[in-house]
Amino acid sequence: MIEAIAVAAFGAAAVRVGTPLGLAAIGELVAEKSGVINLGIEGAMLGGALAAAVGASAGGPAGGIVAAVLTGTGIAAIFAAIAIGRRADQIITGTAITLGATGATGLVAQHVWGVGGAGLSVPTLAPLNIPGLADIPFIGPAFFRQSALTYACYLLIPMVSAALYHTRSGLRLRASGESPDAARAAGVNVAVVRAAATIFGGACAGLGGASLVLAQVGTFTERMTAGRGFIAIAVVALGRWHPWGAAAAALLFGAATELQYASQAAGSAIPYQLFIAFPYLLALLAFAVSRRGERGPAGLGQPH
Amino acid sequence: MPLTLRGISKRFGNTVALDDVTMLAAPGEVHALLGENGAGKSTLMRIAYGLMRPDAGTIDVDGVTSGRGFRSPRVALAAGIGMVHQHFTSIPALTVAENIALTAGWSVTSRAATLRAAALIDALHLPLPVTAAAATLSVQLLQRLEIVKALAAHARILLLDEPTASLAPRETTELLAFLRRFADGGNVAVLITHKLDDVLRTADRVTVLRRGRVTLSTGLEGQTATSLAHAMMGAAVPVAVHKRAPPGALVVRTQGLVLESAEAEGPGVRRAGPVSFALHAGEVVGVAAIEGNGQRELLRGVAGVTGVRAITGTLERRGDAGFIPENRTTEGIIPTFTLTENLLLGRWRRTSRWLRWGVLQRCTEALMAAHDVRPQGAAALASSLSGGNQQKLIFARVVDGRPAIIVAEDPTRGLDLVATAAIHARLRESARDGAAVLVHSSDLDEVLELADRLFIVCRGTVRELPPPFTREAAGDAMLGIGG
Amino acid sequence: MTAIGLEPSARRARQVLHLPVAALLGVATLAVFLWITGVDVPLALGALWRGAFGSWYVFTSATLVRATPLIVLGLAFAIGARGGALNIGMEGQFAAGAMGAAAVATWIPVDSAPLAVALLLLASLLAGALWIAVPAILRARFAVSEVITTLLLNFVASALVSYAITGPLQERSRQYPQSATLDAMWRLPHLGRVTRLHLGFVIALLLAAVVGVVLARTRWGFQLRAVGASPRAAAISGRMDVGRIAAAALLLSGALAGLGGGIEVSGVSYALYQNLSPGYGFTAIAVALLARMRPELVVVTGILFGALDAGAGAMQRDAGVPSVAALVVEAVVIVTMLLTARKSP
Repeated sequence: MIEAIAVAAFGAAAVRVGTPLGLAAIGELVAEKSGVINLGIEGAMLGGALAAAVGASAGGPAGGIVAAVLTGTGIAAIFAAIAIGRRADQIITGTAITLGATGATGLVAQHVWGVGGAGLSVPTLAPLNIPGLADIPFIGPAFFRQSALTYACYLLIPMVSAALYHTRSGLRLRASGESPDAARAAGVNVAVVRAAATIFGGACAGLGGASLVLAQVGTFTERMTAGRGFIAIAVVALGRWHPWGAAAAALLFGAATELQYASQAAGSAIPYQLFIAFPYLLALLAFAVSRRGERGPAGLGQPH
Repeated sequence: MPLTLRGISKRFGNTVALDDVTMLAAPGEVHALLGENGAGKSTLMRIAYGLMRPDAGTIDVDGVTSGRGFRSPRVALAAGIGMVHQHFTSIPALTVAENIALTAGWSVTSRAATLRAAALIDALHLPLPVTAAAATLSVQLLQRLEIVKALAAHARILLLDEPTASLAPRETTELLAFLRRFADGGNVAVLITHKLDDVLRTADRVTVLRRGRVTLSTGLEGQTATSLAHAMMGAAVPVAVHKRAPPGALVVRTQGLVLESAEAEGPGVRRAGPVSFALHAGEVVGVAAIEGNGQRELLRGVAGVTGVRAITGTLERRGDAGFIPENRTTEGIIPTFTLTENLLLGRWRRTSRWLRWGVLQRCTEALMAAHDVRPQGAAALASSLSGGNQQKLIFARVVDGRPAIIVAEDPTRGLDLVATAAIHARLRESARDGAAVLVHSSDLDEVLELADRLFIVCRGTVRELPPPFTREAAGDAMLGIGG
Repeated sequence: MTAIGLEPSARRARQVLHLPVAALLGVATLAVFLWITGVDVPLALGALWRGAFGSWYVFTSATLVRATPLIVLGLAFAIGARGGALNIGMEGQFAAGAMGAAAVATWIPVDSAPLAVALLLLASLLAGALWIAVPAILRARFAVSEVITTLLLNFVASALVSYAITGPLQERSRQYPQSATLDAMWRLPHLGRVTRLHLGFVIALLLAAVVGVVLARTRWGFQLRAVGASPRAAAISGRMDVGRIAAAALLLSGALAGLGGGIEVSGVSYALYQNLSPGYGFTAIAVALLARMRPELVVVTGILFGALDAGAGAMQRDAGVPSVAALVVEAVVIVTMLLTARKSP
């Protein structure tokens, strides 16, 4: 009985920790499917986290979510202007965006809250129990007693999947990522498609930052995303560039993070750091054994 | 729906690609656009499909005139123009149905798209596996997919760029029959080709381009292969009598050699052979072929360049091979490097581990003087040179290595007359100095002018044409007509 | 050093001109940010200046000490980029190098000081190369892009450091998450009585000279630059083994980044900690970009960013501006370089 409760609690924590990764990854997946690799989502996520904290303080959790999405969108738009508008190197541009966002959020955070930081003054999102589903043994507590943003992630996954594989826009987006020249010959405005996909990715990353603040940590601190945006890129790769794959990979990262705590608490002989490193090593292995066609869209990272 | 291209002109830098070209195609017509490589056919069609804008001229579809052409392929598609590219534009990772839906702009779910694509394919009698990824299709099916894509977008005017270049005879017959049916339905098919046979079999009218100008625009009645070839290749140039140099030492010998490209890019033949021949010091061997027939594999294979490998047979090469690639700025030089560095590209194996730039620079200056590379100094960037001087630089590098064999892949492409003459003189000079020279050009006249011996490559088959070789015999062999 | 054959002299003047422009733009942007967030701009920028250049002591003990890893890592990035590879994993290799250094100092009994330091630096060099070996092999053999693979290994390195300092390399009392403090003989000597500047800075300068000479004056450096500038021309006209040379560029890049970690342990921290690098691996990208991947300029830009880093610390102490503000300048510098570059590096 106690074990069952512990397992359910573990599942719930894994889902909670995996949510920001899942949200950011689903956005990055859309960007990458269009041929854009955006290392700036780490910055967009951080910006989103700060905006969520500020917005929630002013307008409650809903205000926080709106502010986070707008900020993520804005940061991705800057990336798009440089990397797509001016065809600059995507990797370097993304690195610069993340650096800039880290600096800017640090400055703004101190301006707003002073040296002490945000404290625990940020209103957070309470878990919502989904009637019926929440009572399923194990599954219920793990998946259906979560915050609204986790449910948003649940909705985004099938929606993005459907949009990518079952709509005209999705087809154009995938074509832009697979072969920008062929897409252009078919009448697709590749730059516009890529910019739109990148900005959607930024909005999702902002949402991921919001879930980190509003549903997990409850406050903002400098550099609080700690590389989660980069992890989201690994999640996309580990999930083989498919929405459901990315969702599973995000959950795996969440579970690995939680296992680390569980292992520490249980005094296990296995070094807990192994759990942290495990998903990265798995992603690396996935790259090593993949064939050329399975390493993401063929036109990924190519300026057009 | 009639199509009129009127007064189209296009320049690339100093090269005039199209000069006041006018072409009229009426409904119900299979219209052939004929010309040699580089005559401007593809440029004209790219303009007609909105992939490029002309410097001057208008496009008129069904009475609606677009000044200076179409802004993008999207506009051309909307006007009813579809294109079947020579280098196919289907996306390998997408299914056949998805590729069709993409071009047609269908706003439906993938399942509905699959059904709709299947229905369309049935109606057109052009069978295709709708749910297969485009990557799995054969060349013939890929081309068929291109056609279906264009028709799915309601194209009434179909532009086909060298559609029979990579098809087997039976496949060609099927395609031409389809174009006939398509035109008979009141549509226009523009067939871009250099194959006289295709034109004579199917076309109603023909427009012939030569060096960017229209040399003939007429109905097909009364036209013969000879009259078309004349319009296409110009007045017969008297072929110089070749005094064959006494063959020197054996340099290259192949026995049943089959060569294949490792890089899969575009359709066309990617294999040459099996072939057995010997090359000797002092001879210039011309290779005549139409693009994509396997000459690239033959040349690169003999030169031992990465990307082409021998599948079977033997290749014996006595001495080094120097190679002049056709893509000057992407394979021949590094534009952001200095002239000295570009020369070093060919000789780094023979320098010490420590580079002495002073010495190298003096070598560069000496080589530049010897090969008349002007006018920049050794420290200038290669990008600052004109095309002709870049080619002279590459030539200087190759000759500097004292190769036993020099392989040149279309070495005068895009060069003006003076630069072309200079390159010719150098190729002959190298042969006199004791190298075997294997040279290909997209211009048959050039090959005939240079060659002591002549190889013809057609659909991967290499054969030697015995002297005295005439323009007609060579042209027929390149096109695969007759013996 | 003369660079005949490296870059034509006519363009060299223009290649340096971008440097003050980008730097000024960066600082101007920072000023605007500070002003928006209600900071006393003159006070903050004054603190920044004094913290970086205020006195000889500050310049050597703060600016140059911080410039040292930035120069070494900037060289690491530059050599990879000149060979056509983007090493985004320098944080990881830096950590690996630091671990290698701490491991040698903990486990190898040595009794001579010069030997000890040499051994330590060699270990960090090898550890860095080892850390990038998998991405290098994947690139050379299977054409897997190095970007994601090197990035992934940053996190693995971080986990490994965490394990090391709570496990095999933890100090003897097992109280603190760090390695044992280095004995004196494992330390890089200071360059004077009153300064904290250590021999590592001299090593960094020497490295810049060596990398510069290797790139400009050796056959191998020429091959590297050819492969980076045009892999196709290098393969077809130069008949070079492009995959192997690009992999070698990555290995060297990783080795240098590892050495950066070793120098930091042996010259500054004297022990292995978690997060030893405050993001040097990313800042160094800006360092290398601003130097347009030229080793001799990396020294200049490394010192510039070292000054920024040192000044940012002072700005935090004296004007209450968080030190991460310096990252804004870095971002602006990178973006300026991207937008003014005529060709990618």
